[in-house]
Order: sequence, then C-alpha cells, then structure tokens
Amino acid sequence: MSDRKVIDARGSFCPGPLMELIAGMKLAQVGEELELLSTDKGSANDVPEWIRKVGHEILDNREELGVWHIVVKKMK
Amino acid sequence: MKILIVGGGMGGTILANNLARRLPAELKAGKARITMLSASDKHMYQPGLLYLAFGRTTPDELYRDQASLLEPGIKFFVDPVEQFLLDKNQVKTKSGKTYDYDVMVIATGSRPVPETIPGLAEHSETFYTEETAVKMFRRLQGFEGGRVVIAVGVPHKCPMAPLEITFMLHDYFKDRGLLDKVKLHYTYPIGRVHSLENVAKWAAPEFDRLGITYETLFNIKEVDGKAKVVHSEEGTQAPFDLLISIPAHRGMEVIEKNGLGQGGWIPTNRTRLNMEGRDNVFALGDTTNIPISKAGSTAHFEAEALGENIAAMVKLGAPVRDYDGKVFCFIEAGKDRATYAMFDYQNPPQPKEPTRAVHWFKMAYNKLYWVSARGLL
Ligand SMILES: Cc1cc2nc3c(=O)[nH]c(=O)nc-3n(C[C@H](O)[C@H](O)[C@H](O)COP(=O)(O)OP(=O)(O)OC[C@H]3O[C@@H](n4cnc5c(N)ncnc54)[C@H](O)[C@@H]3O)c2cc1C
Repeated sequence: MSDRKVIDARGSFCPGPLMELIAGMKLAQVGEELELLSTDKGSANDVPEWIRKVGHEILDNREELGVWHIVVKKMK
Repeated sequence: MKILIVGGGMGGTILANNLARRLPAELKAGKARITMLSASDKHMYQPGLLYLAFGRTTPDELYRDQASLLEPGIKFFVDPVEQFLLDKNQVKTKSGKTYDYDVMVIATGSRPVPETIPGLAEHSETFYTEETAVKMFRRLQGFEGGRVVIAVGVPHKCPMAPLEITFMLHDYFKDRGLLDKVKLHYTYPIGRVHSLENVAKWAAPEFDRLGITYETLFNIKEVDGKAKVVHSEEGTQAPFDLLISIPAHRGMEVIEKNGLGQGGWIPTNRTRLNMEGRDNVFALGDTTNIPISKAGSTAHFEAEALGENIAAMVKLGAPVRDYDGKVFCFIEAGKDRATYAMFDYQNPPQPKEPTRAVHWFKMAYNKLYWVSARGLL
C-alpha cells in the first residue's frame, strides 16, 4: 500500500518504537495500516506481543540492513 | 531576514534569546528581525507542577512575565496564531493581524487530553496543569489510605513523570505515617516499567524494595468511576481508591486545524529540524513528531542547534550543524534522592544510583531555569 503511514522510530530510546506505535495507532482509523521502522531488535518481539494482546494484526515483521519493518493493521 | 517564532515557552524563549545574542549587529542594523508571538504574557516553569502536587511549591512561584525573560531587540506580542499560510510565508493571528516571515519556527508545545479516555478526567487526579496539580494536592491531603493506582497515557510529555510521581507518592505517604494503609500500584503502557531499558532495570528493583506493585503492557481504555476500576486495552483491570494519571497528549489544536500535522505533531526532520517539505519552516520542542522525549531539555538542545543554524543562515546563507537527539532528564527517586538519564540518537543512557546531591542539583535547576531560559546557562 503506497499511502501506508510510516512511523520512523529508528534511534529512538525514549519513548521508543513500541510507545511511538501505540501513539500512532491511537490516531489511526480502524482498517488503517502502519509501518514501524525500528533499530531496536527488541521490537521484533515486543511489538507483536502487544499487537496480539490488544487484538490488532501483524502483517509483516522483517529485518533489512539492521532496520526492522513491522507492518500492523488497526482492527478495532 | 524576518525571523518569526511562534510560541513563548521553553523552546521558543531559549531560541529567541540564543538568536538575539548571536545577531546583535544584524538586529541593530535592521538586517535581521526577531518577532515572537505567544498565547500568554506569562511563562510557566512546567516541571514545577510535580512539586505543586505535593504542596512543595506554590502556583505563583512557577511563573515569570514572558517579556522579562527576553533579550532587548526581540519583538514580543501576545497574539496567538490562528492560521498558518505557509505558501505565502505568513501567519494570521487572533487579533486579525498578518505577520510575514522569511524563516518561521513553531514551538507551540503540547497539551494533555484526558477527555480522549472515557471517565479519566472525572475520576483521576493529575498534575499537568496548575489547576489539576492544586486539586491533586488537596485530594492527597484528605487521603487516609487505600489503593493508589498510577496510570499512563501515550504519548505524554516528561517521560520521567510516571516514575517520579510514584516514588514521590511513596515518600509522601511515608512522611504522613500512612504507608501501612496505602498500596501503590504502578502501570505502564509497554512491556517494562520505563521506556528506557536501563532506567527500567534500575526502577523495577526499586519498586520491589519499596513494596510498590506494577503491571506492564497496560494502556488505559476507560475508567469506571462507579466501580472504581481502570480497564486496559489489553483486557485487564486495576481497581483503585485513588487514581493518579499521566494523561495522553496532543499538539495544539491550531497545528491540526491548519493541516500541519496529525494529532498536532508536525512532521519534522530529526537532524535539521525543518518541517518536512519546507526549508524555511522549523519546529522544535513538544510539537515535533521526532521520536524522542517530549521534555524541556529536548526543546533546549534543539533550540541551541537551531539558534546556531538560523544565525548561520543570516550570516553565511546556510545552516551549519545537525541536532544529535540529545536529551537530559533528571529522575526524582523519592523526596530527597535523584538520578538522571542522558542520551542521544546513538547512545542509550546509563543511569547511576540516585543520590541526594543530584536531587539538590535538580532543586537548584528549578531556580536556575530562569537564567537558562534567558540563554545565560
Ligand atoms: C508536570 C510536568 C513536569 C515536567 N518535568 C520536566 C522535567 O523534569 N524535565 C524536562 O526536561 N521537562 C519536563 N517537562 C516537560 C517540559 O515542560 C516541556 O517538554 C517543555 O515545556 C516543552 O517546551 P515547548 O517550547 O515545546 O512548549 P511549551 O513550553 O509548552 O510552550 C508552548 C508555548 O506556545 C504558546 N502557544 C500555544 N499556542 C499558541 C498559538 N496558537 N500561537 C502562539 N503561541 C502559542 C504557549 O503560550 C507557550 O508559550 C514537564 C512537564 C510537565 C507538565
């Protein structure tokens, strides 16, 4: 999707990638997709954990040159 | 060059004074002009609100006249901007005036929005405004025991506030001899007790030592005031007798209304601080969408980088340096001990054991802030 909103949280220690994503999800519409960029390898696990717990959807979770690209969809 | 600064808070004030000190000759000769537009004739030292909530300072101590903080040569008007006409290099203000600029810096800050969570504003105490901090102080004074829950909205300014308020509440109840009647329960939105990993590693054992319980991955969904329960997005509940909240924030409405950024957060280049797609519009402080702490120190370090760059644009025709993401935050670890966290885009913080010395340094900084805002520190 070309109009997917990108949250660039590379190099973010505080508030950090997950907190940036939570803030982004609040502003997103149901059905919208967001792509999180993170250089924190912890994101590969803690983002999916939160997404599942809250009931949103993970569409992609991959690493490219030290950057994690995690695509999520707001479900509710 | 006409330099327009919108916002007379921490970032705008430090920037204006920094520029006035760098450009005295240009200001005198009329080659540069610095105009500041703000929404208030007063300047509030917001970190003081934390102490106000415990009656350790009073509201009048938190304010100075904004005009008294500005270097001579800066034109200051209390006339909030209502329209940003970026294609015309103009803004329109509440009084109906139009201001032209060659370079504009937006530093309008952020605001708590507890009303975005059902029940939160009505059923919790907070300290993010003068009014709510005074109300919290009165509530604490009348509180004789029960379960105290700390709940944290996202995003929020001052990332240390959730920890600080919890440690300070602990010491407040201890001083009142109520610790055996009070149960402190801390909640936090992500999977550890603070976003900074090293700070979380220090704070969790501190909580254990003090008997403070905690729950992570807890995002406030709604507050049921009748049942006295906070429900989380994650499906859990936290019952409370007293709910202390760090509300979620947004940027100013005027930013969102003018289409400058969703949620009031302006898309900003993280090193040059220009608004994405504009090279004569900059943003600093809380209102940027840069993924770093919304803190006074962030606004301060950004203002220094931007001051140097805008002065260089006047003198050399181009900016000269990058902002490196530097942030410095004190962390109160109770009523008389503190530590700090310093980090940038490349380097995480390495917090040290809290000491009395750092606490007293923070107390001194609370006074020194006024010198710092003038650009003298
Ligand atoms: C309880 C609390 C504790 C804190 N503790 C700390 C701490 O310990 N350390 C730390 O570093 N930070 C702390 N902070 C955060 C810090 O105060 C903010 O991050 C900082 O003030 C941000 O600066 P700013 O210039 O972006 O915005 P602000 O300082 O909020 O200034 C915004 C300015 O914009 C003006 N304005 C608004 N709308 C308009 C408009 N339409 N036109 C023109 N002007 C407008 C306002 O009048 C104001 O002058 C704390 C904040 C709070 C609330």
